[in-house]
Amino acid sequence: MPVNKKIRELQEKREKVLLGGGEQAIEKQKAMGKRTARERIMSLLDENSFNEYDLFVEHDARDFDMDKKSLPSDGVVIGSGTVYGAPVAIFAQDFTVAGGSLGLMHSRKITKIMDHALKMRMPLIGINDSGGARIQEGVNSLAGYGEIFFRNTISSGVIPQISVILGPCAGGAVYSPALTDFVFVVDKISKMFITGPEVIKTVLGEEISMEDLGGARVHSEVTGNAHFFAMSEEECFDQIKKLITFIPWNNSKKALAFPPAEPKPEYNINKIVPEDPTLPYDVKDVIRAIVDNSDFFEIMELYAKNIVIGFGRMGGRTTGFVANQPMEMAGVLDVDSSDKAARFIRYCDAFNIPIITLVDLPGYLPGVDQEHAGVIRHGAKVLYAYSEATVPKLTVILRKAYGGGYIAMSSRHLRADFVFAWPSAEIAVMGPEGAANIIFRKEITSAKDPDAMRKQKVEEYKAKFANPYVAASRGYVDAVIEPSETRRFLMHSIEVSEHKSVPMPDKKHGLPPF
Amino acid sequence: MNKEVKLGYLNINTSLYKTRLSEKFKNRKAYKPADPKIILSFIPGTVLDIFVEVGQEVRKGENLMILDAMKMQNKLKCPIDGKVKSIAVIKGAKVSKGTVLLELE
Repeated sequence: MPVNKKIRELQEKREKVLLGGGEQAIEKQKAMGKRTARERIMSLLDENSFNEYDLFVEHDARDFDMDKKSLPSDGVVIGSGTVYGAPVAIFAQDFTVAGGSLGLMHSRKITKIMDHALKMRMPLIGINDSGGARIQEGVNSLAGYGEIFFRNTISSGVIPQISVILGPCAGGAVYSPALTDFVFVVDKISKMFITGPEVIKTVLGEEISMEDLGGARVHSEVTGNAHFFAMSEEECFDQIKKLITFIPWNNSKKALAFPPAEPKPEYNINKIVPEDPTLPYDVKDVIRAIVDNSDFFEIMELYAKNIVIGFGRMGGRTTGFVANQPMEMAGVLDVDSSDKAARFIRYCDAFNIPIITLVDLPGYLPGVDQEHAGVIRHGAKVLYAYSEATVPKLTVILRKAYGGGYIAMSSRHLRADFVFAWPSAEIAVMGPEGAANIIFRKEITSAKDPDAMRKQKVEEYKAKFANPYVAASRGYVDAVIEPSETRRFLMHSIEVSEHKSVPMPDKKHGLPPF
Repeated sequence: MNKEVKLGYLNINTSLYKTRLSEKFKNRKAYKPADPKIILSFIPGTVLDIFVEVGQEVRKGENLMILDAMKMQNKLKCPIDGKVKSIAVIKGAKVSKGTVLLELE
């Protein structure tokens, strides 16, 4: 029967291509602890939801005997499917086919699915596992990268873009992930760098392993290029799926609401923050005491730990959290933490996610290294991001809010919609010791017992200014609340902010300090 | 609170805060003002040629050596008038960024 014969022909063609680079190459991939491109897609997407496109695409390069080589699907798998029911577009580079190298048709497949994602306004997930440009295809390969970077940029802030690094991603190729919203890495598997160990050895004579140069840990702890770190591909996929539940499908939507749930009772919000402003605590415990189910999904957990960012839900709605972490570097703002917070604030603003800011910081980190690293410019990013954001902005001052740090951390003056302060709040131009030393310098130095006088003046200053009531008397703080009232006040604020509308002056775009 | 956490103290505006100090903070280098008498490599590369000898008088703007880096022959010019006190490298030496190449007096 001719029809059946044609169907069988399709099945045979498919089978051949679905094997990718062949059994030997697949074995090699497995030996590296990696799964194949299609296995990865299947385990990430909902069962039976994946539709693959461009299965039969092939290159037509001729130089360097390429015309004699067939590269199944040209080394990349593209398609769409769902994650917990959310539609996603996806591509996965197939390392078993010519090392996942990027040639013209390979790049055209990627840009096709990117165009599709943008047109359909759905999230894009890119799984990177590639040796880099396909050298035999010369400038066509470079053109391919450029086309991808352009689309990453144009799609930025319209659809969520997620990059998963599950193998090497080197040279120019790293700029696609860098332009996307979230980068996921896996220990021992992910490698990202602009110039690899060999080049560094040739130029410098310095020897460094790929792992130490651009491994998953380096990008999670040192460079800040990665947002999520996992020990295995399975753990990584669980993180991606969880992230998808927190974010909307595109910038015209809100994230799907979940059934509301109370925080777990073991987080006693009254007992987390020590009274002495110089003593540390874990601010994540405060977040857990506020959010639904005490479920806080942290982003960039290992980088610039002095600021904590991530998602939680308030009454079922996704909310972004930015919190100073007194446990790490006293929760100061510095170059890295400013950069980390500012980008996250802009993410929340782009995707209609309200921001809750928890404040407890002594100010900016002093030091020559910070000043020379441009803490002025980087610190300004936080001011810019908060001022520019038009999503609901809620602020809770837990304890210290001193000086420039007070202004930067979503203060009334940068148009926070609601500012609450706990009774333990100290909203002042600086800590009592520093302030007393300056204001009462004469009294202290001319006193018979300067130490006793200093102590007395510090106490005076503390009593008068180290509290929330001066700021409350000016309306900079809307309400001084008990810690146990925090969730109720925040939930109500989010509710009444549902239809927030802020007119902004017309402009092409602003000039954030980057 | 995590019990294995090792805490130190951080001084901000004369208040001491008990907290964990980051590796980056602990490993930060003390500031040293730049010394115009010490010529450092500003980029990693290879010393291609040296035009001066120890004891030679040199003028501001004079070429001291060529540092080949990033496919470019970079001229290292003398920043001040002076005399070559010592040369720390030989022709062909591979140097990393910040290596002392030559000292003036």
